[in-house]
Amino acid sequence: MEASSQSTFEVDDLRVERQGNEILRSISFRAAPGELIGLLGPSGSGKTTLMRSLLGVQALTSGSVKVLQSAVGSASLRGRIGYMAQGSAIYLDLTVEENLEYFAGVLRLAAMEVERVMAVVALTSFAGRLASSLSGGEQTRLSLAIALLGSPPALILDEPTVGLDPILRRDLWRTFEELARAGTTVLVSSHVLDEAAHCARLLLLRNGALLFDDSPAQLLAAAGATSYDVAFERLIEGVA
Amino acid sequence: MSLRRALLTTRRILQQLRHDPRTIGLLLLVPSALVGLLAWSLTNDPGAFDSIGPRLLGVFPLVVMFLVTSVITLRERSVGTLERLFTLPLTKAEFVAGYAIAFGALAIVQSFLVSVLSYTWYGLAHQGVPWRISVVALCAGLLGTAFGLALSATAHSEFQAVQFMPAFILPQLLLCGLILPVSQLPSALRLLADVLPMTAAVHAIAPFQSNWYYVSQFAIMVGYILVALIVGATTLRRTTK
Ligand SMILES: Nc1ncnc2c1ncn2[C@@H]1O[C@H](COP(=O)(O)OP(=O)(O)OP(=O)(O)O)[C@@H](O)[C@H]1O
Ligand SMILES: [Mg+2]
Repeated sequence: MEASSQSTFEVDDLRVERQGNEILRSISFRAAPGELIGLLGPSGSGKTTLMRSLLGVQALTSGSVKVLQSAVGSASLRGRIGYMAQGSAIYLDLTVEENLEYFAGVLRLAAMEVERVMAVVALTSFAGRLASSLSGGEQTRLSLAIALLGSPPALILDEPTVGLDPILRRDLWRTFEELARAGTTVLVSSHVLDEAAHCARLLLLRNGALLFDDSPAQLLAAAGATSYDVAFERLIEGVA
Repeated sequence: MSLRRALLTTRRILQQLRHDPRTIGLLLLVPSALVGLLAWSLTNDPGAFDSIGPRLLGVFPLVVMFLVTSVITLRERSVGTLERLFTLPLTKAEFVAGYAIAFGALAIVQSFLVSVLSYTWYGLAHQGVPWRISVVALCAGLLGTAFGLALSATAHSEFQAVQFMPAFILPQLLLCGLILPVSQLPSALRLLADVLPMTAAVHAIAPFQSNWYYVSQFAIMVGYILVALIVGATTLRRTTK
């Protein structure tokens, strides 16, 4: 991690204000290729804002953000970060396949790539279905499939497992782990604390500040807890 | 700017509309139906449709295209697909061009339909040249699209856009010469009316004018279309504050 030219994300003293409120306060961290990082924090703590800052769609108040060795927001980064927003960000009046074909076209990818990502999220049999007719979880999977198009070196996934059943969640975490093993940097925000165990590294946000940046085992140790739920509560409420 | 990515966007928009027959109906059939309704309502006043009908051919496409374009592009923002596109290699110009081409194509079909129906079924006996009327209807549709794109680039929510719509459309309806010829307006209003895009559409349809007059009215419309498209492309923001 010390070789900064290798970092996928390099965030230094990032501050974001929205409408006069401090949303992110002096965030600094680095992420290397192949890391699977969980971003945890209570609702409103700034997880989405931090992710959008890494994507170049959030105006930064101060500080510096580099992604894949380029300044955030530079045109060369477009298409190199797979993004799944918290809302599903799909065209509801297109079929599953038409959605994927459009984004694949913008990225200049072959038609086979559409088949591949549909299989990854188990939507192949839904190819011809209108997105508006999918269940919430199926829409989430379509949104994830779009983020996976072209196997980008960095993935930013904002609560990708919300509304999914345990089996599908397990399968998706396996996918994230495989992607990370293959060298992709995966940043995943989540509300489900048990999912923390899948990540080698956790970032804990509270009130826009980075409260914790270490492994899940360290999280338990730091909070003197045996379950992630308790550890989370203790750290967030400042008991530990 | 890559024409390929603009056309991909055009195809995607047309695919969306294909799955949404009501919007297609609104775009293609409503202007024709409204002009037909007008013709029918004026049956007992011979000659009235010949003078009012053509002017509406310049007004309906503008209004309908404006409404549909601003709602569809704003929805693109509110569901987050616009933000997703901003993380991808699609430029703002390609995005706007994609929309302009898609709705431009629909405006061609729309203007063709409404002019053919007017001259045949509705019995329009206008002294103007049919092709000029079709081109005006097309320009009016493009004006609506271009202004819809510009509006949705500057509006922050669908609701804000809905608030803008009457402010943009109603004054033009009053001043464009539909109710009273522009030449009979008080002079201050006439100066304003003469530079409004809808007025240019109505003027370009009027019969018995000089070529120079028609050229200048078309120039006003094309100018507005280009300016609105450029405003739409430049005011779209990749980042939010
Ligand atoms: N458009 C906006 N303008 C002003 N403040 C905003 C805006 N969007 C979000 N905020 C504020 O920024 C803070 C952080 O929001 P953010 O969406 O990043 O939180 P989050 O951690 O992702 O929450 P959640 O878990 O509920 O998704 C919140 O206090 C929120 O109210
Ligand atoms: Mg969020």
